[in-house]
Amino acid sequence: MHNPQLNADGELQHLLTLEGLPAEIIGRILDTAVPFVSIAERDVKKVPLLRGKAVFNLFFENSTRTRTTFEIAAKRLSADVINLNIGVSSTAKGETLLDTIDNLVAMNADMFIVRHGQSGAPHLIAQHLSATNRSHIHVVNAGDGRHGHPTQGLLDLFTIRHYKRYFRELTVAIVGDVLHSRVARSLIHGLTTLGTPEVRVIGPQTLLPTAVEALGVHVFHDMRQGLAGCDVVVMLRLQSERMKGSLLPSAGEFFKHYGLTVEKLKLAKPDAIVMHPGPMNRGVEIDSAVADGTHSVILPQVTFGIAVRMAVMSILAGN
Amino acid sequence: MIDPRHGFDRKASLYVAAGKVAAVGEAPGGWHANRVLDAAGLVVCPGLIDSSARLREPGFEYKATLESELAAAVAGGVTSLACPPDTDPPLDEPGLVQMLKHRARSLNQAHVYPIGALTVGLKGDTITEMGELTEAGCIAFSQADAALADTQVLLRALQYAATFGYRVWLRPQDVHLARGGVAHDGEVATRLGLPAIPGFAETIALDAIFELVRATGVHVHLARLSTHDGVARMRAAKKAGLPVTCDVAIHHVHLCDVDIGWFNAHCHLVPPLRGTRDRAALRAGLVDGTVDLICSDHTPVDDDAKQLPFAEAEPGATALELLLPLTLQWAKEEKLPLSAALDRITAAPARVLGLDAGHLAPGADADVCVFDPDLHWVVAPSALRSQGKNTPFLGLELSGKVRYTLVGGQVVHEG
Repeated sequence: MHNPQLNADGELQHLLTLEGLPAEIIGRILDTAVPFVSIAERDVKKVPLLRGKAVFNLFFENSTRTRTTFEIAAKRLSADVINLNIGVSSTAKGETLLDTIDNLVAMNADMFIVRHGQSGAPHLIAQHLSATNRSHIHVVNAGDGRHGHPTQGLLDLFTIRHYKRYFRELTVAIVGDVLHSRVARSLIHGLTTLGTPEVRVIGPQTLLPTAVEALGVHVFHDMRQGLAGCDVVVMLRLQSERMKGSLLPSAGEFFKHYGLTVEKLKLAKPDAIVMHPGPMNRGVEIDSAVADGTHSVILPQVTFGIAVRMAVMSILAGN
Repeated sequence: MIDPRHGFDRKASLYVAAGKVAAVGEAPGGWHANRVLDAAGLVVCPGLIDSSARLREPGFEYKATLESELAAAVAGGVTSLACPPDTDPPLDEPGLVQMLKHRARSLNQAHVYPIGALTVGLKGDTITEMGELTEAGCIAFSQADAALADTQVLLRALQYAATFGYRVWLRPQDVHLARGGVAHDGEVATRLGLPAIPGFAETIALDAIFELVRATGVHVHLARLSTHDGVARMRAAKKAGLPVTCDVAIHHVHLCDVDIGWFNAHCHLVPPLRGTRDRAALRAGLVDGTVDLICSDHTPVDDDAKQLPFAEAEPGATALELLLPLTLQWAKEEKLPLSAALDRITAAPARVLGLDAGHLAPGADADVCVFDPDLHWVVAPSALRSQGKNTPFLGLELSGKVRYTLVGGQVVHEG
C-alpha cells in the first residue's frame, strides 16, 4: 500500500503512523535521539538545527504534556514555536480543518504538530498539502483519535532499547484499554516492525478491538498469565469516562483484574521494566508502589520523549 | 438489442412512436421515421431503473438539485429511479411528494418514484398517512437510514402497510450495535482506530424483520445488504417462501474495507464496506438470485463535507452515472452474459418497484438506453453531470458509455 509519509526517494516526509514505517527509518530516529538526551544535561540546552523554522503546535484536542514536550523539543532545536489551541478558537467559529491549515501555511509554517480527536486527521492534512503542491511542509501526528501516536510509540521503543537492547529477544505486554488506545496501536506496529517475537495485549473483551490478533499480538484476558515471563510491561491509561458504564462496571473492579500491583509484577521477569504513557491513574491501572518502584521507567520515558521528538523534527527538516 | 425480461438478445431494430415501443424487428406498416438513431455496434436495452438515488430535494439543494441529478440519471442511462425519503423535511406529507413529482415531471428527464417516510419525520414513533402518500405518488415506505429502534412501532407500521398492500423498504441494521460506528468491525477498523459496526448488526436486524414479516405477511424489501451472513439469512428466508426481496449497492459489489486505505473518505459509505468474504457472498448472491438487484445508492455530497477526517466526513457516493459501467464490469468479472447484467438494473428493479417498465415489448413506454459497451472512459469530476463528484472510483477507467437515452420516446440524452 502507498505510504503517504515517505517521499519518492523513500525518505521521511511526514510522521503519521508507525505502521509500514521501515525498520531502518525507525532505527535512524532512535539513533539520532541518543545524543539529544545528553544535550538536555548541558548548561546550554540548544542546538541550531531548526533555526529560522516555524513549528506550529496544532492541538485540536486538549493536551498539556504532549504539547509541552513538543514545544521543548522544538525550542531546543532553535525553532520558533507557535502554540494553537484550536479546540477553543477557529473551529469553534466554524472554520474547517483545512481552512485552518491553509491560513497557517500562509503564515509560512514549516511544520505542523497535529493532535486531533479524529483518527486520520493528520493523514488528511498531509494529503491536502500534497494535493496543493506544498509537500515541503511537514506533518507530525501528535495523536489522532484511536489511530496512532507515533512519537509516543517511538519514545516507548527508545526506552525499551535503552534498558533492554535487543528487540528480538523480548516479551512485551500491553495492558488495559487497547480498544481506545492510539499509544497501544503505535507501539504494537513499532515492536512488530523491529522483530519483537512476543507482543501481548491484556484486557477484558470490552477493551480489546476486534481482530486485534491481526496486528501480530497474542491476546490474554488473565493478567497473571499474560505477565508471566515479560521483559516489558506497558500499562495504558484508562479514561475516566470509561471506568463505569457498559465497558467496565467500576474502576475498582478494573484494578482488581487489570491493575498492576507489586505482587502481580513478580510474575514478570525479575528485571522487567514498567512503562506508562501518562498521565497515570494511581489505584486504577497502576498501584503507587509499582509506579514509584524500582522497575518503573515512567519518568525516564518523559525525558526520552523530548529527545525522540527532537530527532523526528530534525530528520524531517532534512538534517 | 437486449430485453432481459423477455429473453430477447439479438440484432434488431426498435421502432418507437407516440412515446411507446411500436415494434421490434419488423417495421410496422406504413412506417415513416422522423429520426433514426444508428445503433450499429451499440447495445439497445430498456432504460435503467435505479432503486435508490438521492436527489437531495427538498432541503439539500447545496449538495444537488433535481436538475443536476436527473441530468446525471439520463447521462447514466437511468430512466426511472426511486428516491428515499431522507430529505429535509422528509417525505412524510403528500404535498411534498406532489411537489417533487411535479418538479421532476416538468424537467422531462427520468421518471421519479418517491419512497415515502414510514414514520413522521423519520423519527420512528408515529406512522405516516400511507394512503394519502400513495395517492400522491409514493411507491413504497421506508425509514431510509434513520433508526427505528422501537420494535413495537415497526410491527404496527408493517401491520398497517400489510392491511393495504403497501410495500415497505428497510435497511437492516440494529441501531444500538451500529451506534457511533463508521467502518466494518474487522482488521481494517482496528488498524485505523475507527469506531466499528459489527456484521451481526445486520443479521440481528434481519432476523427481527423476518419474524415480523411472518407475523404480518407484508412485502418487505431489504435495502443495501452488506454481509456474508445477511446473504445467507436472505437465501433461507426466500427458500422458506417469505415475501422478501433485497438489493445491494454497486459499491459493495466492487469494494471492501481494505479500499479505505489511509482514511479515504470516499469509502465512508452506509452500510460500511465490509470484508472480502462479505463482498464475495454479495456477488454470489447476485449471481444465484438471492440478491435481486443492484442499485446505485447515489448520494451526492459536497466537497466540504468530504474534506474531513474519515468519521466526520458525510457518508455516501455519487453513482448514477457509474451504475451501468460498474454493473457491466461485475458481469464481465463473473463471466455472465450482458443480459444477466442488464437484468439486475432493468427488469429486476421494475419487479421490486412494481413498475410496468424495464422492458421493450411493443406497447411498453419507450424508455430506452443505448450504450457502447466497449467505450472506455476515466471517472473524473469533469466527466460527471451529477453535482456530487464524490466517488471511490475517481481515476478508474471503466468501459461502457451511454450514447442515447430515451424517456417516453424522446431523446433526453446524447453522449
